[in-house]
Amino acid sequence: MDALQLLVSGLANGCVYGLIAMGFVLIYKATEAINFAQGDMMMLGAFVALGLTNHEWWGWPFWVAVPVTIAIMALIGYLLDALLLRRMFGQSQIAVVILTIALGFVARFAAGAIWGHEPQSLESPIAGQDVRFAGLVLGMDELFVIIVTLLLTVGMFFFFARTKLGVAMQAASQNQMAAYYMGISVKRIHSMIWALAGAVAAIAGILFASKGSIDPSTGLMGIKAFAAAVIGGLGSLPGALLGGVIIGLVEPFSARYLGGDLARLMPYLILVLILVFRPHGILSQVQAKKV
Amino acid sequence: MSLLELENVTLKFGGVVAVDDVSFSVEEGEVFALVGPNGAGKSTVFNLISRIYDPFAGDIRFEEQSILSKQSHEIARLGIARTFQNIELFEQATVLQNLLVGRHTHRKSNPVSEVLFLPSVRREERRHRKAVEEVIDFLDLQPYREKYIAGLPYGVRKVVEMGRALAIEPKLLLLDEPASGLSVEETQDVAFWIEDIKKLMGITVLMVEHDMHLVSSVSDRVMALADGKTLAIGTPEEVQNDPKVIEAYIGADDEEGAA
Amino acid sequence: MRIVFKRSYDADIRLFKHGAQAFWYILLLVVAIALPYLVGEFWLGEFTSMLIWAVAGMGLMLLVGHTGQASLGHAAFLAVGAYANVLLMEKLGLPFLLSLPLAGVAAGLAGALVALPTTKLHGIYMAIATMAIAILTEDIIVILEPWTGGVNGLFAPDIEIFGVNFNRYGNITGMYWLYLGITLLVLLGYRNTLRSPLGRSFAAVRDSEISAQAMGVNLARTRTLAFAMSCAITGIAGAMMGHFSGIFNNETFNIVISITLLLMIVIGGIGFIHGAFVGAFVIVFLPQGISFTRDALSGVFGSSSVTIPGLESGVFGAILIAVILFEPMGLYGRWLKIRTYFELFPFYRRDMFKRQKSYLKTERMR
Repeated sequence: MDALQLLVSGLANGCVYGLIAMGFVLIYKATEAINFAQGDMMMLGAFVALGLTNHEWWGWPFWVAVPVTIAIMALIGYLLDALLLRRMFGQSQIAVVILTIALGFVARFAAGAIWGHEPQSLESPIAGQDVRFAGLVLGMDELFVIIVTLLLTVGMFFFFARTKLGVAMQAASQNQMAAYYMGISVKRIHSMIWALAGAVAAIAGILFASKGSIDPSTGLMGIKAFAAAVIGGLGSLPGALLGGVIIGLVEPFSARYLGGDLARLMPYLILVLILVFRPHGILSQVQAKKV
Repeated sequence: MSLLELENVTLKFGGVVAVDDVSFSVEEGEVFALVGPNGAGKSTVFNLISRIYDPFAGDIRFEEQSILSKQSHEIARLGIARTFQNIELFEQATVLQNLLVGRHTHRKSNPVSEVLFLPSVRREERRHRKAVEEVIDFLDLQPYREKYIAGLPYGVRKVVEMGRALAIEPKLLLLDEPASGLSVEETQDVAFWIEDIKKLMGITVLMVEHDMHLVSSVSDRVMALADGKTLAIGTPEEVQNDPKVIEAYIGADDEEGAA
Repeated sequence: MRIVFKRSYDADIRLFKHGAQAFWYILLLVVAIALPYLVGEFWLGEFTSMLIWAVAGMGLMLLVGHTGQASLGHAAFLAVGAYANVLLMEKLGLPFLLSLPLAGVAAGLAGALVALPTTKLHGIYMAIATMAIAILTEDIIVILEPWTGGVNGLFAPDIEIFGVNFNRYGNITGMYWLYLGITLLVLLGYRNTLRSPLGRSFAAVRDSEISAQAMGVNLARTRTLAFAMSCAITGIAGAMMGHFSGIFNNETFNIVISITLLLMIVIGGIGFIHGAFVGAFVIVFLPQGISFTRDALSGVFGSSSVTIPGLESGVFGAILIAVILFEPMGLYGRWLKIRTYFELFPFYRRDMFKRQKSYLKTERMR
């Protein structure tokens, strides 16, 4: 049942990509800004958790470190927006992209300076355990990733559709001036979205670091996650997850059946195809507007 | 031969019919105005002529040839120039550079010779700048020649917008609300310019306008639109007194109201 | 404050606005030519590297600054230029003077090919597409191993012109002058473009697509042309890079280089040709600046100099953040403001260079 093994680990990877991609989409939906540092935020989240939990650093209990990490990353996200992104108001989208790329550079440097450049693994209770199921051995960490991602996606769906804050976020994302007129504090909402994206990145980081090792350049997988977000449709949260899962599944299966060289190409090949034929993604949200 | 003809043109946006079976023709050398309340479909007619939109039905002919097969960048070469209601100037360029872009359809050089800046390109540049100077003189834009659009007041921008269209040396000039947002003096200037464009330059003018005073002073014929449908076509006086037009603007006369 | 009195249209057309401006640039040129006599071999090599980056920067600047398109993947065209140049020299035996421009043409054709599907895309989508293509190119180079030497890469043969050998280690002075000449030719071509209808059509496409079309500018063709020209210039820079490094492989042209190229011209100042040169200067001399500062600081504080890996990219990122936040017009833009301040003193107004802000209306309903 080799294929099933590939499927599960591909799904687990796909969920991590999907979580990072959802972070992208959260910010893009709200502010139409592209946060190229999302992958690096995931890396930071993983390292913060590692720094709090691993016995060679601070050695806290895992289940205490997790919410603290999420809170710290949410705060970092909030501050990034409040202190830096807010000043970019009125500038072009590309300027924001460049800013976030630069933030990624700085984040990578900071992580390397604080925790070093050696690959490390998060000491989590989920890691390394197996689940036996109908004659198969599946990693508990991989299953955990998939379950948590699903729960988070469903939670966010209800948050945006049903809660007052979520609806306010949608309003602020579609027409800033109108949202202001309705009494919505758009700037604060944006910072809260960034905080949410930071929290999601932290969760992604913790999940990823539980099942594999990390080093400061791990954040570069954000580029793949970004491709996932575009494939799924930049304005769509379920699209982001879908895109992530697609890439997560394509990678191992194409490596197995097409060889390593082509497998590396596949995510970007799919991305280019989507951009040429359906630029707004699989679950796109663009509608025609009367001018 | 009419210079421009629209025949049974219809355009829908989803369920909204923006232009409903509109037909009219513009004769050479005349000033023709489109009037109507907001949302009547006037700018949409312009966008159809500029080939930004495709009509759902009907034909548009310029100099007897249908232009429906043309793309929007081919319209200028035919001799149709337009201004935009919301001013679409090139913000990061000077007035002079904006006007020079208007000369694009008269470009005789090709990219390779331009990169090498051969003497022929230099000669062409002088020719273009001379032509643009005439537009600048006509519109009194001399003080603003080297200024970036981004810093200019609204009134000046509208003039530059018109100048850029004139730099094309068109046969037909589409003016989209040339007087909107202008003061009384500036609107008078616009009226004089339209007169000169018609009489001195021999350019046919089709304009969308709300300022009825301007419309009646410069237009030869007027067409009133409302909800995408034609209400009346005729001289300014005829259209202003047409009962359907009055109803569209002011409302039906309610006999039972006062008592 | 200088008032220029113009007596003919040529005053607007020619390259220098007035004599004083020409004087300063000629002085700069003289210093540039005399450089080998002023600095040692190591620094000359650094300046040569700066020229290469400046040419690459000019290529990207034409696309981003003057045509308003985005590319996060220009290193792919550096690669095309480098490989094409070496292959033309080795397989077809062409001399450098022929293979260099042909390598540029090859990169330009590659650019036109890439442009066909991508120029339809707007803003960020085009940036993503170019990034994906750059990543794909890295792997395609490995796949095309019979030609490209795969992961082992290619050796660039020495440049021989009329019997003179221009090798980085044997004749750095000659190489510097040769590259300076190439840079000046590219610069001249760029300036010619900007002062002709071609450059104006690029700016029109950048500022307002809809009215550019109303003026008769063919959007698709103009953007493709701009993209192709940009890639051609970058290809020339790639060929220059190949000879300078002596050897290159797929890693030399990775995605980080693409991103660095874009960041570099942002730091320099988007929209100004000078920005490419300022950005090139920053990126080449930053490592020197950092180690110099570190040595100076450790002299003051007495601590041992610890090598912090990744410090350069960290500092680069920090500079970029500072530039984006506080001086979006880049370092050259800041210099322009300072110069204008002194030129107009005391009449300089604070918001002279202010651009207009715009409220965000979603792009998803177009």
